[in-house]
Amino acid sequence: MKVGIVRFPGSNCDEDAYNAFVDHLGAEAVYCWHKEHDLQGADLVVLPGGFSYGDYLRPGAIARFSPIMQEVIAHAGRGGPVLAICNGFQIACEAGLLPGALLRNASLKFVCDQVHLRVESIATQFTSRYHIGQVIRIPVAHGDGRYTADADTLERLEGEGHVVFRYVDAQGHVTVEANPNQSQRNIAGIRNGAGNVLGMMPHPERAVDLRLGSADGLPLLHSLADALLAEVRA
Amino acid sequence: MTRFRVAIQIVPRRGLLDPQGKAVSDALHTLGFATVGDVRVGRHLVLDTDAEHEQAARDSVKRMCEQLLANPVTEDFHIDSVEHA
Repeated sequence: MKVGIVRFPGSNCDEDAYNAFVDHLGAEAVYCWHKEHDLQGADLVVLPGGFSYGDYLRPGAIARFSPIMQEVIAHAGRGGPVLAICNGFQIACEAGLLPGALLRNASLKFVCDQVHLRVESIATQFTSRYHIGQVIRIPVAHGDGRYTADADTLERLEGEGHVVFRYVDAQGHVTVEANPNQSQRNIAGIRNGAGNVLGMMPHPERAVDLRLGSADGLPLLHSLADALLAEVRA
Repeated sequence: MTRFRVAIQIVPRRGLLDPQGKAVSDALHTLGFATVGDVRVGRHLVLDTDAEHEQAARDSVKRMCEQLLANPVTEDFHIDSVEHA
């Protein structure tokens, strides 16, 4: 499995993603500069966290027009998996790969913390190694993570099982207090209709080692490896 | 071609929580401006663009707003003025 990690000016979780996929999963990974048109044969594309283009205008608004994004959109159109984390999630929404938008946290504060997530769907190539309803601990670090979409979109996301992760308390309950940004319906991560694009504000790539507080992100990486290996065998 | 100067305002859509607007509203109340109601904090852009005529400049800026300057999911935009630059 070859992972292509896109680097925009202002990306700052690109090396975290590299370390997670290479050192902890044993995959091959390459960096894809945003001005290039070459995904270098990557099976999986990661849009990492950071502050692409300084969040000018809106987070992700400028990055979506980077040359590499044409290739990322084409890759997603072919069914290729895209893991969009934090700023990557914002970029994916701006690019139309995922519905909705991410607005300023209701507290107006940048939130950097460990949060609990409930796995809402395991019928995805990103979450098959979890079990449904499992509560995991993953860090968040963002100022603009309040997921927002119109009522019809929210109903569709819920109805079709596209909400993948939700902010919950340690017992797995959806509460206002457990929601770090007041995103609608405590949504922390969603997938697209085809199931090959996952966007999430929390950072699974920073939760791959118990020595750093949590290894709950590892099953997400392993799920992707399973899916890509199965594809090669098929 | 004529150069036009176009002023655009972009604001969070009404009905969506605007925490910045709420913080400003609360601060104004604290200062004693009790009459202040809803406040929405957005962006004001002034851009120069060349066009054949005013309507063409307006149409072009509208497309810019739809494609980049405003987020169609969460923001509304309004072209405040189109003047000769």
